[in-house]
Amino acid sequence: MKNILGKSNQRVLLLGNEAIIRGALEVGVDFVSTYPGTPASEIGDRFNEIVKSQPYIAKNLYFEFSVNEKVALEAGVGASYCGLKTLVAMKNFGLNVCQDALLPFVYTGSKGPTVIVVADDPSCHSSAQSEQNSRPTSYLAHLPTLEPSTPQECKDFIHLGFEISEKFKIPVMLRLTTRVAHQRAIVKLDKLVECKTKGKFIKDKNKFVTMPPRVLGMKEELLEKIEKIRDFSELSPINKISRGQASANLGIITSGVSYLYVVDALEELGLNLPVLKIGMFYPLLKKKIIKFIKPLKKVLIVEELEPWLEKEINVLAKNVNPKLKVFGKNILPITGELSPDIVLKAMAVFSNKKIKPLKENKVLIPKRYPQPCPGCPYWLAFNAVKQAVDTKKVVFGGDIGCYMLAGTPCIALQDYLSCMGSSIGIAHGIKKSSSQKLITFIGDSTFFHAGIPALINTVFNNSSPLIIVMDNQTTAMTGHQPNPGNKIKIEDIVKACGVKNLKVINPVKQKEMVETIKNFIKKDEVSVIISRSPCLFIK
Amino acid sequence: MKKKDFNIIIAGVGGQGIITLLKILSEAALIDGYDIKGSELHGLSQRGGSVLAHLRFGEKISSPLVSLGKADLIIALEMSEALRRICFSGDKTISLINSKFIHYFGGSSQKQVLAEIKKIKNKTYLVEASDICKQKIGKEVLAGVYLVCFAVLKGLIPLSQESILLAIEKTVRKKYLAINKKTFKLALKNI
Repeated sequence: MKNILGKSNQRVLLLGNEAIIRGALEVGVDFVSTYPGTPASEIGDRFNEIVKSQPYIAKNLYFEFSVNEKVALEAGVGASYCGLKTLVAMKNFGLNVCQDALLPFVYTGSKGPTVIVVADDPSCHSSAQSEQNSRPTSYLAHLPTLEPSTPQECKDFIHLGFEISEKFKIPVMLRLTTRVAHQRAIVKLDKLVECKTKGKFIKDKNKFVTMPPRVLGMKEELLEKIEKIRDFSELSPINKISRGQASANLGIITSGVSYLYVVDALEELGLNLPVLKIGMFYPLLKKKIIKFIKPLKKVLIVEELEPWLEKEINVLAKNVNPKLKVFGKNILPITGELSPDIVLKAMAVFSNKKIKPLKENKVLIPKRYPQPCPGCPYWLAFNAVKQAVDTKKVVFGGDIGCYMLAGTPCIALQDYLSCMGSSIGIAHGIKKSSSQKLITFIGDSTFFHAGIPALINTVFNNSSPLIIVMDNQTTAMTGHQPNPGNKIKIEDIVKACGVKNLKVINPVKQKEMVETIKNFIKKDEVSVIISRSPCLFIK
Repeated sequence: MKKKDFNIIIAGVGGQGIITLLKILSEAALIDGYDIKGSELHGLSQRGGSVLAHLRFGEKISSPLVSLGKADLIIALEMSEALRRICFSGDKTISLINSKFIHYFGGSSQKQVLAEIKKIKNKTYLVEASDICKQKIGKEVLAGVYLVCFAVLKGLIPLSQESILLAIEKTVRKKYLAINKKTFKLALKNI
């Protein structure tokens, strides 16, 4: 935190996520909301620490951990409508959760400038469920999107994001990936700016109410804005060309962290090719790309995951340079993150250069799976389940949190795993479709995030899963962020949802836990056990 | 300043304090006037799984990841994890390995792992960092700091002693500063 709050002109080491925070403090952000999720978690963590420990910042800056990403974005929309400078942060899947609120927000546009930070996780280092590339959301929502490569750019692009949002009255997305969010590098600091505390909601039906037919007018205005932003992008240094030798008929177009691998590969191969680094992914500039590809014979698009830039450039090339050979995913993988080695190999193929084959230097070491910490109360809950039932005959539902480690071979109590809250929703579907017994695990934070509507559905539509709420009284997996559990009792919600079979048990009481599981799994209505014992790491 | 980039791989198991080591080394490199890029992982991988961090410093650094075969130094806080990252080792790579073995479900035996480590042809230091820190300071988690100090004092990393000490002061919490400095002195005595 010392580095984030360093003095103006100082050069300090920051993670990409920390540079986001510094950037936001330098533009005088007023309102920040988030739901924790790796690789975006540190944004909320550090803001939380800052407002708790720095009274001169806390005086004016509002920060919250919201219940989920949709609520976080909606809170941000409200703040923006009141004219506040607003930042909302989440991991990739959070963008799916908040999409319902996102699209109309882009239609109405922002009043106070608003930046939404979204962190993708190529290679799924800290993500189950899917290797999501969030870029198509930019098209779906008409959401201007910036892609930084380094911590310095994280900070610079936050400035630019707020500038674009202020100028065009539209929210802007900053899309990170793990290797940007968790990249540590030197950042030059600028001045901190004080925020303004309170805003005011000034009634304006024409702006804030998406009732038809106004909503269609909003769409027209939005599409006009996007074209203006495209023009802005054409002139912005955010998309930069490094020239290379004049005679080169090969060129490279890249964005995000891939750019850094391209720079190293060019040096390694002794090449001096022109490189167009795209900083604004959406709306994508056209004139500069056309000018760049027109004299080329071959162009290589270096981007991670699905080839969205490549698709656009193929279309542009058809009109201006139909003979241009566009290389991309024919020599680069769609699955998994890129690396200096992968990019070097692809660039060698692209430029017909030979590289020394790497000496095979590998010892086969079996995978070391993560597992619950020694002494974690989850071990006790898993153990009780194994004693209470024949695990071969019961279906086990998993959800997102530390307890998804039930899916690792040494625990082996997870037969399906999908998105936040889905353990209960899918359990209902299975119980309605099959006569098998079923136990689902869901954590406290996940229960609040997206589990409650699914629980209500089991009561409303009569199904009988046994739900074990793994209540460790924190959001442990992402770094122990607080959740509503310290104000709102989960058992009160469960009762209010109409669940009759309910018990709160400390899993240390193994006998009670085993007996209750044996008893509840026989019921023909939904049952809930709240297995309550705090995470070892919370004070 | 050395012109060539210096590439470090830090390997270990979640909970061994790898991110702290990355912070200490990068702060020291900043003090010594280098450009720096590091990459680390948080979240799921921290829960006792394999952890891998990259650090590169030099005159101008682009990629935050070390290329395969291009590490100058591999610092491993656990023996199986040292073997897992051997792919970063090239002709001149030096390995600095904590002689600690942390067993896991499905993993090889300590004997097998040690036998494989003995086969490494490059210069390898197998140091009893965990045991030393446990005995002399009572805190095994300082093994990483011990190894980093060992590496700098032995000249395995082109960073100065003064910078490492300053970086430790800057990085670790005040209440742990004394034991970290003690670890530095311990490494100084043992090289």
